[in-house]
Amino acid sequence: MPKLTIDGVEIEVEAGTTVLQACERLGIEIPRFCYHDRLSIAGNCRMCLVEVSPGPPKAQASCALPVADGMTVKTDSPMVRKARRGVMELLLINHPLDCPICDQGGECDLQDQAMAYGGDKSRYREEKRAVADKYLGPLIKTCMTRCIQCTRCVRFMTEVAGVPELGAVFRGEHMEITTYIGQALDSELSGNLVDLCPVGALTSRPYAFMARPWELHKTESIDVLDALGCAIRVDSRGGQVLRVLPRLHEEVNEEWISDKTRHACDGLRVGRLDTPYVRRGGTLRPASWAEAFAAVAEKLKTVKPEKIAVIAGDLADCEAMMALKDLTDDLKVVHRDCRQDGAFLDPNVPAAYRFNTTIAGIEMADALLLVGTNPRREAAVLNARIRKRWVTGALKVAAIGEKVNLTYPVAWLGTGPQTLKAIAEGRHPFGSVLKGAQRPMLILGQGALARSDGAAILGLSRVLAETSGMVREDWNGFNVLHTAAARVGGLMLGFVPGEGGRDGRAILDGAGKGEIGFVYLLNADEIDTGALGKAFVVYQGHHGDAGAKRADVILPGAAYTEKNALYVNTEGRVQSTQRAVFPPGEAREDWKIVRALSETLGRPLPYDSLEGVRARLVAVDPAFAAIAQGPAVAAWGIFGDPAVAIDAAPFAASITNFYGTDPISRASKTMAECVAEMNGRREHGGTGTYG
Amino acid sequence: MLSDKDRIFTNLYGFHDVGLKGARTRGDWNDTKGLLTKGRGWIVDQVKESGLRGRGGAGFPTGLKWTFMPKAATPERPHYLVINADEGEPGTCKDRDILRNEPHKVIEGALFAGVSMNAHVAYIYIRGEFYREAEVVQAAIDEAKEAGLIGTRACGMDWAFDVRIHRGMGAYICGEETALINSIEGKKGQPRLKPPFPAGVGVFGCPTTVNNVESIAVVPTILRRGGAWFAGLGRPKNTGTKVFCISGHVNAPCNVEEEMGVPLKELIERHAGGVRGGWENLLAVIPGGSSVPLLPKDICDHVLMDFDSLREVQSGLGTAAVIVMDRSTDIVRAIARLSRFYKHESCGQCTPCREGTGWLWRMMERMATGEADLEEIDVLEQVSRQIEGHTICALGDAAAWPVQGLIRHFRSEIERRIAARASRRAA
Repeated sequence: MPKLTIDGVEIEVEAGTTVLQACERLGIEIPRFCYHDRLSIAGNCRMCLVEVSPGPPKAQASCALPVADGMTVKTDSPMVRKARRGVMELLLINHPLDCPICDQGGECDLQDQAMAYGGDKSRYREEKRAVADKYLGPLIKTCMTRCIQCTRCVRFMTEVAGVPELGAVFRGEHMEITTYIGQALDSELSGNLVDLCPVGALTSRPYAFMARPWELHKTESIDVLDALGCAIRVDSRGGQVLRVLPRLHEEVNEEWISDKTRHACDGLRVGRLDTPYVRRGGTLRPASWAEAFAAVAEKLKTVKPEKIAVIAGDLADCEAMMALKDLTDDLKVVHRDCRQDGAFLDPNVPAAYRFNTTIAGIEMADALLLVGTNPRREAAVLNARIRKRWVTGALKVAAIGEKVNLTYPVAWLGTGPQTLKAIAEGRHPFGSVLKGAQRPMLILGQGALARSDGAAILGLSRVLAETSGMVREDWNGFNVLHTAAARVGGLMLGFVPGEGGRDGRAILDGAGKGEIGFVYLLNADEIDTGALGKAFVVYQGHHGDAGAKRADVILPGAAYTEKNALYVNTEGRVQSTQRAVFPPGEAREDWKIVRALSETLGRPLPYDSLEGVRARLVAVDPAFAAIAQGPAVAAWGIFGDPAVAIDAAPFAASITNFYGTDPISRASKTMAECVAEMNGRREHGGTGTYG
Repeated sequence: MLSDKDRIFTNLYGFHDVGLKGARTRGDWNDTKGLLTKGRGWIVDQVKESGLRGRGGAGFPTGLKWTFMPKAATPERPHYLVINADEGEPGTCKDRDILRNEPHKVIEGALFAGVSMNAHVAYIYIRGEFYREAEVVQAAIDEAKEAGLIGTRACGMDWAFDVRIHRGMGAYICGEETALINSIEGKKGQPRLKPPFPAGVGVFGCPTTVNNVESIAVVPTILRRGGAWFAGLGRPKNTGTKVFCISGHVNAPCNVEEEMGVPLKELIERHAGGVRGGWENLLAVIPGGSSVPLLPKDICDHVLMDFDSLREVQSGLGTAAVIVMDRSTDIVRAIARLSRFYKHESCGQCTPCREGTGWLWRMMERMATGEADLEEIDVLEQVSRQIEGHTICALGDAAAWPVQGLIRHFRSEIERRIAARASRRAA
């Protein structure tokens, strides 16, 4: 390993490390604009200049310079300072210096570096360059005059997002970053451009002129709008969530988040349930908590336990589900399910419903079969991880399902279960690809499981995993990709039908036939509420969405930014959200509502603190104790039933509208604009408007 | 002075037959096979011994450059030879004449270079504006193929060799070797970061050597007459002959092949008919194409035309394009025009060049009319230093040097203009 001296300190690093990286190891900060850890090296901003000997007697760009044995690097010599000051002056001559009206102000790399290397006045007497703004869609606001042509955005879209729609046109001082086609970027990850842009050229359009960074209260939390549990930071001011930014989490989201995670937060401010409601004379009327609980208790007295059912939806947290499960157990209610989409997921074998490979594990896989899933829509950040692996050239990807553009080439083997069956039974050539791979992987989507032959598909997938060497001591390539943050937690704590109980499908069926007279919906909105028939419906949740519309009693709960609550991601990783703001009006944390209801029913739950509920969770499954520690290896077992007859119908997409999967994103104006944009783009396919 | 027996480009002016038949009468393709059978080691040794330095401007020893290529080519990573015929340096027109009148020297040189570097394919990247030249070269390639000199069995040897033409689109920056490689690959012509150098990762990710047309074209003659012959011409470390392009205020602008180290005054007086109005009417000379600093008359009186002599006077040989300016020249405007050229041709990749070339040009325009303050001369100097050496490729340097040369030798002229304008305004 080469040994070099940086500012008088000796350090030994692996060959191939760049000087800039070596400096970082020593904690020496090198200013940079174009360099980014997760993108290819462009070496064009020339801010990271250092003095290196032996070598030519000029400053060299440290981002692109590999270390060599015996190298001596000076990062703060007069020559380096002079060179960096020179580059900074050149960066600023055509920069508008409109910091007071720029949204990047206060978190701008150029502003920060100008404090260190900028001059106190401008020597540039000529007219500054102005550049026409570009239209990149409803999420990104552009002010291209501020652009310093670092090309981070171009490299991100091409390399990470896999949507090469951004590029630099023209040359010299006329060089401009633009989309080739003048349309919104067709990517679920485009919001990350705003974080990458080191200046105020690309800023968040929904957040424009809302706040300055120093006014914001920053809360480190996790996202629940898909099943990945991406690390996020919630920025709030005065009781309102103003924006969501990614946090670094190498094992989950690296430093990316999807556009929904980032921009659905304006949905938290509208359509909220801020007081209980009781339906009287066919109309929902505001009520007090006491009145609402009384209405529920009164109804429950008249309904037998076997006619009561509870469904937990996609955003339900573990504490609330635990409390509701304990309450229903106490009431001898057995009709209960957290699989509101009717997916055949086996709660008895943890490995059967988890992403066992882990998200980071994708980077070791060498063959991948996607079954009934569109990871780009269902888990955009995970899709970027698959692409990252594919880019190395070591991953072959094949898929069964609807043909879509996943941003990397995919061999489409078929559309329905018969292809899966053929592979599982060794009658398909891709079977040998999986068998020949060192670390084969299978990702099973909800589109394949939420159908009447789901049990067969789950079983066939298990057989395929076992016969192609996916399940070993050191590797488990069997993965279920969830779309809901609540699902794995619900299955872990046993929010599933009791002895002789009905599952999600059967509950709706029973309600329609009048066999179920009382349905309790915990954050369950993505069900066919029309199928609930004449049942008395209690809805607990935070948005006036489908469930609340149908409800007879509404119990207003808290959204994920308003409570400290546990969620388990698709890998089985237990993580906690943190409260950034308080729930609006009368709304309360969800487990407390269930606890209060139990009190009203005269059957109080044995815990009345968050610690108490969590202790109960740990008693049910010790894995709940490992908050933020990463998933433990799940035990393998027998699950699914390959013998069930399969249906030839093709796998349907589990997510048709990426921008509206849950009550929060459906309430979001920004997400609605994205939907309109993408629909417009697909229908007209024509020109965009410059705005 | 170069004697006719030592002249390499005997048809530089196109007075004779350009085709294969004519070329053969001038000695091209004479016993090429015999020379090739002496082996690649011998070829490289001869070129090294000749002391040939790259004729594209940087003057890097050609033989040494060839040795940077990996020893053996693999089927997945074939070797490539790329001949840089994107001659765009203002004042330079030597490659154009070589392509148009001596195409067989280029093709034969390509075969020698290809064999010595294990390359089966040579690309000639011809500047887009050289439309007729590309036709001539293509005709020569076809002739050579027909005659079996190149092709599946080049010169009857067990060596496949193909020469392909790639026409550029007229961007100056595509003459930079890595931008040229990007351009061949169909990408935007922007220079690449080095390392990796083209000898490791070049065209299509394979080992590649990029040589100037003239460097390649002199190789056959060096091999025929021996490296020692070539090394015997010129001065130590600055050997051989060189095609000089003399333009500007001379009575007979021309391309001429001369010995390296010829005195500038002799070059101009003997071959270009002298400076318009006599030597005393000389103001300055840009000795090596637009990117090198100019020389005032007192240096021109005695300077020798080779790499090291010109470096000693803080200029450079570059492409040996001698631009002569007599006393009628508005020297500040002339350099301002060059600044505009570099502003126009900057690829826009690196900050100093993208932003700095425009700033230089705008300041130079004002300097030309005197619309500036005296202190701004120092700003101009400093901005040129902020660009120089801080960019990926040498275009930044090329933009900075003419301005630095102007300030070094003609600062008083700039000051005079500023003062004159100030006094006019005061009046």
